[in-house]
Amino acid sequence: MTKLMQHPLFRPLAALAILLLIDLIMIPGFFHLEIKDGHLYGSLIDIANRAAPLVLAALGMTLVIATRGIDISVGATVAISGTVAAMLIGGTMVMENGAPVYVANTPMVWALCAAMGAALLCGAWNGLLVAGLGLQPIVATLILMVAGRGLAQLLTDGQIVTVYYQPFFFLGSGYLFGLPFSIFIVAAVFTVTALLMRKTALGLFIQSVGINPVAARLAGLKTAVLIFFVYVFCSACAGLAGLMISANIKSADANNAGLLLELDAILAVTLGGTSLAGGKFSLAGSVIGALIIQTLTYTIYSIGLPPEVNMVVKSVVVFLVCLSQSAEFKNMWRRVFPVRVKGNA
Amino acid sequence: MMSTRSPYFTSLVTVALLLVLLGAGGWAYPGFLSEQVLFNLLIDNAFLLVIAVGMSFVIISGGIDLSVGSVLALTTMISAWLLQTWHWPPLLVIAISLALGAGFGAAMGALIHYFKLQPFIVTLAGMFLARGLCYLISINSITIDDPMFVAISQAQLPVLGGFISPGALIALLTLAAAIYVAHCTPFGRAIYAVGGNEQSALMMGLRVARTKVLIYAFSGFCAALAGVLFSFYMLSGYGLHAQGTELDAIAAVVIGGTLLSGGYGYVAGALSGVLVLGAIQTLIAFDGTLSSWWTKIVIGGLLFIFCVVQRLMAIGAAKK
Repeated sequence: MTKLMQHPLFRPLAALAILLLIDLIMIPGFFHLEIKDGHLYGSLIDIANRAAPLVLAALGMTLVIATRGIDISVGATVAISGTVAAMLIGGTMVMENGAPVYVANTPMVWALCAAMGAALLCGAWNGLLVAGLGLQPIVATLILMVAGRGLAQLLTDGQIVTVYYQPFFFLGSGYLFGLPFSIFIVAAVFTVTALLMRKTALGLFIQSVGINPVAARLAGLKTAVLIFFVYVFCSACAGLAGLMISANIKSADANNAGLLLELDAILAVTLGGTSLAGGKFSLAGSVIGALIIQTLTYTIYSIGLPPEVNMVVKSVVVFLVCLSQSAEFKNMWRRVFPVRVKGNA
Repeated sequence: MMSTRSPYFTSLVTVALLLVLLGAGGWAYPGFLSEQVLFNLLIDNAFLLVIAVGMSFVIISGGIDLSVGSVLALTTMISAWLLQTWHWPPLLVIAISLALGAGFGAAMGALIHYFKLQPFIVTLAGMFLARGLCYLISINSITIDDPMFVAISQAQLPVLGGFISPGALIALLTLAAAIYVAHCTPFGRAIYAVGGNEQSALMMGLRVARTKVLIYAFSGFCAALAGVLFSFYMLSGYGLHAQGTELDAIAAVVIGGTLLSGGYGYVAGALSGVLVLGAIQTLIAFDGTLSSWWTKIVIGGLLFIFCVVQRLMAIGAAKK
């Protein structure tokens, strides 16, 4: 039992379980799943589907945070990739033999490649500033956070670009084997990343950079290359999330797409048990963290609380999670409640 | 260590940049270099200056405060609510707002220091909390029609043929007080010591805990004061006021020559940083053909140049 409780994923899972328990009591039919038109419908599917962009951003952020870094330009990257894709695809509806046919301005493959390319460029820029010049990560990514959204607005002239091209929507709202397609994308990214981290030495390298960058470099690791890689990876995840978001709303909104997504992603990583001080990280934890955030939002909306409560609850959750990770708080707790130590580890 | 000349150098670069911007404006647009345009720079950015002053203290101590924009919004909201719904006397409302801001900051500072939490994540949560509390009061904008607030918002103090607003005057007084505290008091020296190396500061016998809590309390106080100035300026309380101001403030402090790694910089740099940001906005407004997003792109570019220059100077100094 104690072994189970000491597992790093225990706390995030417990938090998610408590949330789901509240949902079970408060929302009738929460766990109800049904098949309509060959698609699986239900609150759980809905949460997983809507959490997809956040999960992607959190996965990328996990690796950055593991190297003691932080990337606050995620939201800007989301805006840029979504904008590039939407502008290149654009699309018009043409009537052909009485049936509407959608035509893209640019072949979709090229548009998606260009959008991901733009995201990778963002990542390379961040990586260059952090790894090459040695700027503090928060400042380095602040530059792109401020300028990136401006660039996206410059591309669209501040307008919302609407897309009329059916195949593109599949990314955001399509179904495969009865499940939302976005879940498959997330699962694929998670599996590839987890395999890279577990089956190759990459995960170990990233951890050692986070625990002690100087020691890692002296031990012969190419720390600069590793740090460069994590920022590129983070932006790639953000770019994919941007594609998903713009496909879901069938347009690109350079002003608001991905606004504050970086903060939610950081929150998800912290909730998942990865310390902001770098070092040990947990990809599964971050996924659970993102699910906790989305479940929380869903719960607040469904219970009928005003949506504005969401921010207050989120902040209280962050405070509690941070305190529960602080050694000083645990010591203080032990001094005040010496008997009940075990129950509140 | 850096040579003694270099810190002045970055600060002077900012001042030179400001002069170049103003000069370019005066050359390109007739009427740009009138006194009132320059005073308007101060009037429109008074709240940002106050926030940047508080942010300078936090950044010099090696921390960061992301909650300032939300605390500003919360202050406008609480002031408007107390004035309009409860009809409390305006001076009492202002005093309460300032105390709440300082208390909010002190609480975050205590969390950061006593539980060894990261300033980034604590103030991030503070940002969500303050913004959320705004919406709990009301999701709509509350208009302030208190006679004193209206009088202050319309007051014009004549200076050198032009005028400035009471808000701008308060901002300048805050800046002067902060410069005195930072450079002429033991508390100011303790801030630099904590930012330089917290461990050493502790071993020297400085009261690190008190200093750190006070720094965040001061930043919260400045944010609340900026909120009061902002409600003079806008005559309303709204949860969406001043979104992203924390980033503007950080940008202003960095452009003003303060190092984000802490222990290094001048509070006065906040003024030149804020004025540079303001001058860019005014230039874009004068031009008329450029859209507002150019402001973001130019600020991002400036941040980039300043960070790189600071970094190269630090590398150069380390090699000596």
